[in-house]
Amino acid sequence: MNFWEYLGSRHQQLLTDAYQHASAVFQCMVVATVIGVLIGVATYRSDWAGSVATTATSTILTIPSLAMIGLLIPIVGLGVAPTVVALTLYGLLPIVRNSIVGLRGVDSTLVDAARGIGMSRTAQLLRVELPLAWPPILTGIRVATQMLMGIAAIAAFASGPGLGNEIFRGIASLGSKNALNQVLAGTLGIVVLALLFDAAYVLIGRLTIPRGIRA
Amino acid sequence: MPESVTTTGATPPGDPAPSGGSDETKATGATIELENLTKRYPGAADAAVDSVNMEIKAGELVIFVGPSGCGKSTTLKMINRLIEPTGGRIRIGGEDVTDMDSVKLRRKIGYAIQSSGLFPHMTVAQNIALVPRMVGWSKSKIKGRVEEMLDLVGLDPGEFRGRYPRQLSGGQQQRVGVARALAADPPVLLMDEPFGAVDPITRDHLQDELIRLQHELHKTIVFVTHDFDEAIKLGDRIAVLREHSHIAQFDTPEAILTNPADDFVSGFVGAGAALKRLNLTRVRDVEIRDYPTVTVDDPLQDIFDKLRSGKVNEILLLDKRGRPYKWLRRGDMMRARGSLARAGTLVHDTVTRDATLRDALEAVLTDNAGRVAVTGRRGAYEGVVDMQTLMNSVHELLEADRLDAMEHQHELEEQRHAQTLQAQEGGGTGEVPR
Repeated sequence: MNFWEYLGSRHQQLLTDAYQHASAVFQCMVVATVIGVLIGVATYRSDWAGSVATTATSTILTIPSLAMIGLLIPIVGLGVAPTVVALTLYGLLPIVRNSIVGLRGVDSTLVDAARGIGMSRTAQLLRVELPLAWPPILTGIRVATQMLMGIAAIAAFASGPGLGNEIFRGIASLGSKNALNQVLAGTLGIVVLALLFDAAYVLIGRLTIPRGIRA
Repeated sequence: MPESVTTTGATPPGDPAPSGGSDETKATGATIELENLTKRYPGAADAAVDSVNMEIKAGELVIFVGPSGCGKSTTLKMINRLIEPTGGRIRIGGEDVTDMDSVKLRRKIGYAIQSSGLFPHMTVAQNIALVPRMVGWSKSKIKGRVEEMLDLVGLDPGEFRGRYPRQLSGGQQQRVGVARALAADPPVLLMDEPFGAVDPITRDHLQDELIRLQHELHKTIVFVTHDFDEAIKLGDRIAVLREHSHIAQFDTPEAILTNPADDFVSGFVGAGAALKRLNLTRVRDVEIRDYPTVTVDDPLQDIFDKLRSGKVNEILLLDKRGRPYKWLRRGDMMRARGSLARAGTLVHDTVTRDATLRDALEAVLTDNAGRVAVTGRRGAYEGVVDMQTLMNSVHELLEADRLDAMEHQHELEEQRHAQTLQAQEGGGTGEVPR
């Protein structure tokens, strides 16, 4: 059976896996974005807290993903839970770092002006600082998504959802007829998903970055 | 520091903002009183701003001028409490605002800064609408107000409303910055070196615009600059500040130019005080001489007769609308063989009655015969100013200034004398002198 025949016969299963893969990454990204931006907002004003946040999140990133999921299994069990926790943790670093950099990069005279015309602290953040820091934050989200696409494949190790199952099945049955096809289908599926997500981010950037600060 | 009662019609900042446009006759400014205002940063030996006492009248444009680092900006920012004072009181329109909610306070005080401070992710209209939206104006009222403000600062609403700040020139951005500061009709406007970052020509235009605006609006404006010429041009009164925001002199531009309080002030005024004085006087304030004129419609014979009559050797030829056209000398008509089109020299420069004496002097100096025609409405001839007139007027002005200054000083001394007496008497009854 060649690769195309394989795709034809298993497309139902592949589509389900791809959908679950995308959905897991998407949901974890939403959670990571919310937490990451909140950490950024909470720490960017202080040199000290900012570097603690960046160091902590980059330490997480140095843990090998397989080990991380392995370590999580005794705590949260098998299946979806370790996948979600691991992906969210890995997604944090680029978002936290870019939020801090973006928020610190807002021209201080503009913050001064915002205070000067009578904006409350919350209004300054929501109406001036976050919109201006949004392009770098969005870049962080994009980088995080790319990274999670690959890491999500490891989730299958803990019986998580996604295209990783396809790859692990192939590796487990190396030498069999479909082993290569399975690995190839899983890998290509992830690449295609990553490209689709990236295209979506370009579109989101177009729609959400105000025209006045678009490069 | 004696406490004096402010009588000028002040709008307390607590008043609702008048609806756009319809209340233009209202005196919209408010008094500002600073009492022993002090800012001391933790760890610093000296106070950054040391006990400033100042009273600014409603509708007055006051300039803080001084070398960099003298605390003028800090003093300004304490008025809207962007920097919280560590001591002293601030009163606006008679109301003590030292302890009120600073966010609410700032919505009632316009604030314009260097390089405009416009938010780049918002359109011009959104930028201007910010404060009115925060204080809860209705949508339709805000829309009308945005148009009105753009008109006021000389930008066409249709063209500029939807633009982003980066699509504007520096001068246009600054105008929008002023429009934003004035949008909610605050009684007080604080300007922190607003024209510091634009080129000299644009700065000149913006200064003229500010004078015009202030003429219409009568806000109380506090304006910080390090440019003394800018201070002279704009200020009703100028506060020359030295280190720790100590007031070296707080007086009208005329008084500071002719009678600087000490070496620091005279050093700051710089050389050429008499020349700078020319900027403060308009052509309308000096004597304008009559000059023999003829119009192009007059018969040639009359023109000849006038020239030959001998009283003058030059006359001014006006065009059909009474505008200065040519200077005619006695010999010119002969040389041109009686043709008015060829005779004489064209008038290339005129000044209006609103021009400053400096402009007039410039024109007189470049004119080869040392005089310039003054024009009124629609460029019509009104008279002539020459070197002699200018010199006489400047001498008179300087003399008058000197007399004023002396009188002023005398008054101050008397006041101080009276105070000392009072303090001495008060001291006898056990009161603590202020």
